[in-house]
Amino acid sequence: MSAPNQARERSGQTALAEEMTGAEIVVRALRDEGVETIFGYPGGAVLYIYDELDKQDAVQHVLVRHEQAAVHAADAYSRATGKVGVALVTSGPGATNAVTGIATAYMDSIPLVVITGQVPVALIGNDAFQEVDTVGITRPCTKHNFLVRDVNELAQTIKTAFYLAASGRPGPVLIDIPKDVTAKRCVYDYPDKVQLRSYKPTVKGHSGQLRKALQLIAASERPLFYTGGGVILSDSATELTRLVRHFGAPITQTLMGLGAYPASDRQFLGMLGMHGTYEANMAVQHCDVLVALGARFDDRVTGNLSHFAPHAKIIHVDVDPASISKNVKVDIPVVGDLRSVLQEMNELAVEMETRCDPARLQRWWAQIEEWRARNCLHYEQGDAIIKPQFVIQKLFELTGGDAIVTSDVGQHQMWAAQFYGFDRPRRWINSGGLGTMGFGLPAAMGAQMAEPDRTVLCVTGEGSIQMNIQELSTCQQYKLPIKVACLNNGYLGMVRQWQEFFYEERYAMSYMDALPDFVKLAEAYGHVGLQAKQPSDVEPVIREALRLKDRMVFMDFLVDRTENVYPMVPAGAALSDMILV
Amino acid sequence: MRRHIISVLLENEAGALSRVAGLFSARGYNIEAMTVAPTHEATVSRMTILTQGSEDIMEQVLKQLNKLVEVIRVHDLSEGPHIERELMLIKVHAVGPDREEVKRLSDIFRGRIIDVTDRSYTIELTGTGEKLDAFLHALDPGMVIEVVRSGASAISRGAKSI
Repeated sequence: MSAPNQARERSGQTALAEEMTGAEIVVRALRDEGVETIFGYPGGAVLYIYDELDKQDAVQHVLVRHEQAAVHAADAYSRATGKVGVALVTSGPGATNAVTGIATAYMDSIPLVVITGQVPVALIGNDAFQEVDTVGITRPCTKHNFLVRDVNELAQTIKTAFYLAASGRPGPVLIDIPKDVTAKRCVYDYPDKVQLRSYKPTVKGHSGQLRKALQLIAASERPLFYTGGGVILSDSATELTRLVRHFGAPITQTLMGLGAYPASDRQFLGMLGMHGTYEANMAVQHCDVLVALGARFDDRVTGNLSHFAPHAKIIHVDVDPASISKNVKVDIPVVGDLRSVLQEMNELAVEMETRCDPARLQRWWAQIEEWRARNCLHYEQGDAIIKPQFVIQKLFELTGGDAIVTSDVGQHQMWAAQFYGFDRPRRWINSGGLGTMGFGLPAAMGAQMAEPDRTVLCVTGEGSIQMNIQELSTCQQYKLPIKVACLNNGYLGMVRQWQEFFYEERYAMSYMDALPDFVKLAEAYGHVGLQAKQPSDVEPVIREALRLKDRMVFMDFLVDRTENVYPMVPAGAALSDMILV
Repeated sequence: MRRHIISVLLENEAGALSRVAGLFSARGYNIEAMTVAPTHEATVSRMTILTQGSEDIMEQVLKQLNKLVEVIRVHDLSEGPHIERELMLIKVHAVGPDREEVKRLSDIFRGRIIDVTDRSYTIELTGTGEKLDAFLHALDPGMVIEVVRSGASAISRGAKSI
């Protein structure tokens, strides 16, 4: 009996079952998962899969110019929509180029399925052409990964990969598929669900713990909510807003959490951490109850751990038990999916009539307003030099605060986080954990593919943009009307800032010489390039860019070369030890 | 800092061992010894890891191990009564008067001589790591030709499984 026949016997579906090649199975499974858009780059080991992709139009493939960009784009597609992002790359260099993208998604817990080609099974381990040990290389930066050696396991593996990527604490899952597996045939039988004895993420929080948590908040004098990317990932912004308003307590958010609670609301204190606001960091240092929701006490958030929130009892809700009490000892731990937990907390808060004492809360707010009055984000925009903060503020105003903003990594990222007030989740897309320069432009492509009618803004710098500048070509091919705002100060600004503060102004390699003419470069790729040299240019340039709805526009803002991001908590210092303007 | 013996049940799949080993090296956890082999269920392997660390670190070790998709169960055996055994094979010079002395010492430690030449003995010894250490210390270091230790295997006392 031939192998396909055996498979058919096994599945017991002789009459109905369809026999397919591995490549057909990959494409069909993507369709059955509801995948509409994938990002990738072809190569020898994935040619059968590309051949199948070309025969159908349910799954659209976006051809990038570098595999790193494929993964970033899939990542941002996921961040914008909440769906699992999908990238497809070839073996060897295709896979290694994808690694930075995978690690970026892993650090920010973004659900991705990355499919890599591999050399034929018989050649694995032989140092074959374009062979690398992809599962070995990606093991520490994926939630899980698979090497599929048998076409009969392909459908089940794809199903499991999507399930793992999206459930529990989300993350990237990689499937490495040898070329011969994509050519072999078997019966396609896509499973409905996945049962894994070794993987059962907790969804519902412990009700007794939640009651204790609510009582602790109600009994507090100086409560503070501190929320992170988990709120966005679990789509629980509405529930969060309800709970925070119920208690009338202040809230601060991490870089990854921005947009979950409306930035325009009075209860919002701004971001906390290294470049957090004065009022947010002071509130952390003085609160007596800290409610951490879907945040992981990252070092950029806590500063010196031994001085972090010294007076606070800490409640921590997270879907990942390993995040709880990892950096900071927690008084009330709750493991569970935030949406489920927050829904239950809201119901319990009403049922138990837990409220904060108004007089105490008022005293706390009076103190916070005093800190807020310090106006820590203040800057002076004169007539001569464009302040980078001013550009972001104008972008915010002229887009009505409603764009999807992607960013690269560095000073511009911090200014975007500080000055673009996000009122909604999934509008702020940046590489928080890994801090990947080069993320912004491909991320904007992913976001624009997901939301074709929304303004997508890529806030970047002249350093970061050059790390994936080749993607201007992809933007042309797919007519993506992204608006790039490059805060061009001729320096790797964040590096320069650290050198100014901590390396006695020795600016080693932070000066960017020989920059291209970005306007001409944009034009060379068929886009529109605009430059703003003085403050009065800023608004007209942005207006013109937004007017050109169907065009990609590269806005090059020549900004103050030595502006710094304030406030700043030096690495290793307590949060209250901020460098202020 | 305390010594811990951690038992891990995991899917008997290619790469699972590497995931556990990689976790320990990536996060800087200490490994003194690690053994792994299939159990009575062919699809399940059991790993015994000998490690040490503060309570905080051990909490993280257990949580991080649990997080690995292929890990079915994790248990810190040192939290309760348990039995620990390690196997050591040791090849020693055995000539002249030493020959009888080594035999006696091996008997005292309940060792078995499993290979003999006119110049050497190979002894098999099981017990806790401490007992094996003690045997090694009892021998004149100049006599030892070769030592191989299996690393600890451990199981909880009583009728229940982990």
